[in-house]
Amino acid sequence: MQFTIEVNSKSIRAEKGETILSALNRNGIMIPTLCRMQEYTPTGACRMCVVEVEGRERLVTACSALVEEWMKIRTHSPRVIKARKTIVELLLSNHPDDCLYCDRNLDCELQKLSDQLQVRERRIRGRKIKPRRDQSSPAIVRELSKCILCGRCIRVCEESVTATSIDFIGRGRATHVGTAMDRDLNFSSCIHCGQCVLVCPTGALHEKHYVTEVQEQLSKSDVTRVIQYSPLVPYALADELGVKYQRDFDRVLNAVLRKIGFEKVFLSGAGTDILIKELADAVEAARKNGEKKPVVISACPAWVKYCEQFFPEFLPMLSTLKTPQQISGAIIKSALAATEEKSSVYTVSVTPCTAMKFEARRDSMTRKGISDIDTVLTVRELARLIVLYGIDITNIDPEPADEPMSQRSSAALLAETAGGLTESVLRSLAIRAGGTESDKSAVKKLRSGNPFREGSVTEGDLTWSVAVVDGLKGFEKLREMLDKGSSYDLIEVMACPGGCVNGGGMIPAGSKEAVRQRSRFIYQADEQDAVRGPENSATVSMLYDDTFIQCPELTDRHLFHTHFSKRDVLL
Amino acid sequence: MSKIEDILTRYRSGSHESLIPILQDVQVEDGYLSEEAVVRIGAFLGMSTTKIYGLATFYDQFRFAPAGRVHLRVCNGTTCFVNGSAPVIAAMKETLGVEPGQTTRDGRFSYELTACMGGCNEGPVVCVGETFHTHVRAEDIPEMITKLKVLADLK
Repeated sequence: MQFTIEVNSKSIRAEKGETILSALNRNGIMIPTLCRMQEYTPTGACRMCVVEVEGRERLVTACSALVEEWMKIRTHSPRVIKARKTIVELLLSNHPDDCLYCDRNLDCELQKLSDQLQVRERRIRGRKIKPRRDQSSPAIVRELSKCILCGRCIRVCEESVTATSIDFIGRGRATHVGTAMDRDLNFSSCIHCGQCVLVCPTGALHEKHYVTEVQEQLSKSDVTRVIQYSPLVPYALADELGVKYQRDFDRVLNAVLRKIGFEKVFLSGAGTDILIKELADAVEAARKNGEKKPVVISACPAWVKYCEQFFPEFLPMLSTLKTPQQISGAIIKSALAATEEKSSVYTVSVTPCTAMKFEARRDSMTRKGISDIDTVLTVRELARLIVLYGIDITNIDPEPADEPMSQRSSAALLAETAGGLTESVLRSLAIRAGGTESDKSAVKKLRSGNPFREGSVTEGDLTWSVAVVDGLKGFEKLREMLDKGSSYDLIEVMACPGGCVNGGGMIPAGSKEAVRQRSRFIYQADEQDAVRGPENSATVSMLYDDTFIQCPELTDRHLFHTHFSKRDVLL
Repeated sequence: MSKIEDILTRYRSGSHESLIPILQDVQVEDGYLSEEAVVRIGAFLGMSTTKIYGLATFYDQFRFAPAGRVHLRVCNGTTCFVNGSAPVIAAMKETLGVEPGQTTRDGRFSYELTACMGGCNEGPVVCVGETFHTHVRAEDIPEMITKLKVLADLK
């Protein structure tokens, strides 16, 4: 039901049951918010969105109050603006004044609000929060003095990630966000997915930076500097650097990376192609051997840690195949470094993920103490590196990537969305059965966007049933289905809702719709690509027919496998 | 640990509303909430230890380290503050070398700051077990602690 309410002496249409904020936004009236997150129930904690409602003595939070027919609202009256400004001033009263040195300088919601509300002097002085910098995690850094206690990270961690690794600790002025027993992050049940980083309005949470480390290595003349990047990176990077993405940008990026000083540029997508092929092999083998248990994809490092600590009983089902990043890393450190000392090859991987930073440091990912991947950068960090090296990306000729990993299929790009890896494996199975493409309508079902999706696809005379968990919120449903006796050949779990397109190392999408938009871009790119799977990728054929045979370490492909074990953390 | 199991038998597994009563029982039994206890309660109620810790730290009544053999309560109420409790607290910190809520390394002492204990006209008040020390001054603290050491060593 629609009715009319009066806002700033003008009539606007409002829908029964919607919040004041949503009615205002739909009618082109913007009001600032801070603790609000789209698609989450409002808490009204920060009071930033207050408006004046005639007949109500107190200001009303627009994000949580519902519209009512009689309402006369004033959104920018002197009283309202003064209230909002005071809130920002109070938030700033104990905030460290180090914006110039802050990770989020020029990209900070608090800074933006303070500018919008024209806070130009420190009117309220509070005791500063004792600086506490938790650098214990290889992926995420917490800077507690910059936290404004909006609680967004806590809600994401509990409601979306379901790890519940952080909460408000203490009371009153001593309140802060922390883990169980107030330990450092590396002792906690944090799975390093980085969803909290995406929602943090200030610099209180950010990925651990390795840009300086990369710079240092780049200046050394006695190391071979190698970089690889995930299929999604060029698209995300274009967005971060403010240029329009075109397919050619992938090849521009190769040139950019060489300009920065990397000698070899590889595509992690080649590793994804290998993973797709090996997974298809594994699924086929499981069927052939009559195994009852499904192949559970372990390509999401955040999911793997989640599984290790919360559901160790799932571990035997997990595929031992490494993630694309680590498969490529193993190839680089074996094939490329066959002639030289492994320690003299420095490998960087750029991903849309923060958990990959953690994964690269897992014991099982190192050989004789040397990691296959030395440094993992997020998309945001790579953008900084490019800016730091003063490279004008609009004025560079495209170049191909290096052999033996110069090409990826569009299936590898597809794997960056939740459900994409499953689709890619199904496509491979279809091709093996003599077809070209898996059943369109079944695939469409796998793209629905629900946290839990399942489907079955018939290729030739074999039927494959698959399940996709899109964001760990859907995991409970999977367990329920398994308990009920559902059986699957292949299960994919992605920790971040939407998949890697919404990864912790990406540019914050802001809404579910924006994440969907990224997926749609990938689906479209997949449609247009000529090389649609590992089967018709020249790179994959060359790797299997030549590189792996030439290099003794890779011949039996055992380096593409790893192992997982129960992890003891405070749950 | 078996004591915890005894306590838990009195409650229903998975009932989140039992959290505070359980925490209180455990604290009475053990004198504090140990990490093991929090983990066990979390498993029993199906709650994250982070949530339990977050909730328990909200309330002053819960502590996370064993109390000292002698536990002092220093009034931090308004009247005691006006009568000069701040220097008393500072002296306590100085003499014992620990913050409120912590326990000295030798396990003898711990202290906490409490709200009004009802001795407003006698403040600042420091309470040791059942004994109330009134009109306490900062300079009295070292002597008080020395005397209490004897009591602590008897326990």
